[in-house]
Amino acid sequence: MTPDQRLRWLAKPAAFAACSAPLVVLAFRAFEVGGLTLGTNPVAELIHELGRWGLNLLLVTLAITPLRQLTGWPHWLRFRRLVGLWAFAYVALHMAAYAVIDQGLAWEVLVEDVLKRPWITIGLAGFLLLLPLALTSTRGWMRRLGRRWQTLHYAIYPATALGVWHFYWQVKQDVTEPVLYALGFALLMGWRWRHARRRAAATGGLATTAAVDARR
Amino acid sequence: MSRNRPPRVPPSEITPPDVHAARRRFLQGAGAALGALAAAPVLADAQPTGMPLTFRRNAAFSTTEPANSWQDITTYNNFYEFGTDKSSPSRLADWLRPRPWSVTVSGAAEVTGTFTLEDVLKPHALEERIYRLRCVEAWSMVIPWVGFPLGDLLKRFRPTAAAKFVEFRTLFDPKQMPGQRLPVLDWPYVEGLRMDEAMHPLTIVAVGLYGRVLPNQNGAPLRLVVPWKYGFKSIKSIVRIHFAEKRPRTSWERAAPDEYGFFANVNPEVDHPRWSQARERRIGAGLFESRRPTLPFNGYAEQVASLYRGMDLRRFF
Ligand code: HEM
Repeated sequence: MTPDQRLRWLAKPAAFAACSAPLVVLAFRAFEVGGLTLGTNPVAELIHELGRWGLNLLLVTLAITPLRQLTGWPHWLRFRRLVGLWAFAYVALHMAAYAVIDQGLAWEVLVEDVLKRPWITIGLAGFLLLLPLALTSTRGWMRRLGRRWQTLHYAIYPATALGVWHFYWQVKQDVTEPVLYALGFALLMGWRWRHARRRAAATGGLATTAAVDARR
Repeated sequence: MSRNRPPRVPPSEITPPDVHAARRRFLQGAGAALGALAAAPVLADAQPTGMPLTFRRNAAFSTTEPANSWQDITTYNNFYEFGTDKSSPSRLADWLRPRPWSVTVSGAAEVTGTFTLEDVLKPHALEERIYRLRCVEAWSMVIPWVGFPLGDLLKRFRPTAAAKFVEFRTLFDPKQMPGQRLPVLDWPYVEGLRMDEAMHPLTIVAVGLYGRVLPNQNGAPLRLVVPWKYGFKSIKSIVRIHFAEKRPRTSWERAAPDEYGFFANVNPEVDHPRWSQARERRIGAGLFESRRPTLPFNGYAEQVASLYRGMDLRRFF
C-alpha cells in the first residue's frame, strides 16, 4: 500500500468509526442492548450526551490545524471534513432529540423556547451557522466557492463559541465543565492567533493565514 | 489522600436485605419498574436495603400513582453537598455518618437547645406517605416516605408568638460532605418555611424510604418533605431548626434570586427563566413517554392553596 492508500483505506475508516462510536453506544443504551441503559432520566441523558459529543468534535475539528502545524504532518487536514461533519451530525441529533423526544414536537413550546430562552436561541444560532458549512462541505462546493469557501468556513469559530456559551448558560449552578470547554476553545483560538502573528512577521505580512489555508 | 477515605459503615448500619418484605413492598409500589424488569432481566434494579422501620400506612395522605423504584429514588439525587451530578450523592453517600446526630433548636421558642436524634424522634409514631416530588428542573417522581408531621415536632419546642418563620440548616462538614469543598452554593444549605406552611399537615419530617431507614443520599438521618413545593425546599440532613421573626434568606435565593424564590410553590404558570414549568417528565416513564402537565401546587392545591389566598403568586414565586 502506498501511504495515500493507507490513509484512504485504513486511517479514514478508523476515524469514521471513532467518530461514530459514541452514537453507536448511545443507540445501544437507548434500546437497552446488552444491559446498557441511559440511566434514570434517559431523555436528559440522550440530549446531554449528543450535545457534548457535538461540542467535543467541534473542538477536535478546530484542533486539526494546530496539530498539522505542530507535527508538520500535512495529512491531518484530510480528516477535517469527516470530523466536522460528525460534529454537525451530533449537534443536529441533539436538537432533534430535544424537539422530537423531549418536547414531542409541540411547536408552540419550541417557538416559545427559542424566543424566550436566550440559551436556546444561542444554541440555535450555533446550529444555523454550522448548517451551511455542512451543506458546502463537498468538493464541488469547495471548487465553486474558491477562496470564499474558506471565509465561509471560518463560521465554525463563532458556532463553537456559541455552543460553549449555550452550555455555560444552561448549567444550573456548577459551571466547572463549561468553563473547561471554554478554556479548550480559547487555547485553540489562541494558538491560531499566535501562529498568524508569527507567520505575518516571518513573511513581512504578505501572506495571511487565510490565503495559505485556502491553498490547503 | 488516605485521610479522605470514606469512613467505614458500622456493621449495625448494614442490615442484611430482608428480601421477602422488600419484594412485597416492591410489588405494591413499583409496577412500572417491574414491567421494565421483566422486559430486560439483565437490568435488575437494586432492592430496598437498610434497617426496616415500624410504621403505619397513611392512605388518606398518599397518592395511588405507582411509586418510583428504590433504584431511581436512591441513585438520581440532587444533593449538592455530595457533588452536582445526579449520581454523586449515591456514590459518595458513605462519607456521611448519620449516627450519632444532633439537632440544635434556637430562636423564638420556649424549649431550645441541642437534642440527640433519638430525643428528636422518640415521641413520634411513623407513617408512610406516598407523595409526588416535583423538582424545579421539571422532572418528577413518586416516593413512599416514612416520617411524621413536622408540626408535631415543632409544637414540642413551644414556639412563641414572635416565631413567624422556621429556618433549617443542613450539616456543614466537608469531611462528610465532600461537595462542600467547592463553593457551588453558599454553605451551609439554608431553607425556610412560613410558620403556617411548617405546621401544615402535609409537611413531614422523613426518616425513611420504602419502609427502611432513609439512605444517606436521600438526606439521612432526617429531612423535610414539603410536597407542594419544588424539591429544593425539602432540605436534607438537618442539624439546626431556628424559629425566626424575619423571613430567612435561603441558599438558592442567595444563589439566583430571579430563578429561585422563597416560596417555590410548584406552579405551571410561572416559568423558571431558563425553562418552562408547564410540563414535567416523570422519572421511570421511559425514553419515549411524553411529558405530563404540571399541576398547581403539585396536585395538592385543594389542601394548600388557601395558605396563599390573596397573594400574587407571580411575584412571590
Ligand atoms: C452548536 C450547537 C450546539 C451545541 C454545541 C450544543 C451543546 C450542548 C451541550 C454541551 C449541552 C450540555 C450537556 C450537558 O449538560 O451534559 C447542551 C444542552 C442542551 N442543549 Fe444544546 N447545543 C447546541 C445547540 C442546541 C440547540 C439548537 C438546541 C435546541 C433548539 C439545544 C438544546 C439543548 C437542551 C434542551 C439542552 C439540555 C438542557 C438541560 O437539560 O437543562 N442545543 N447543549
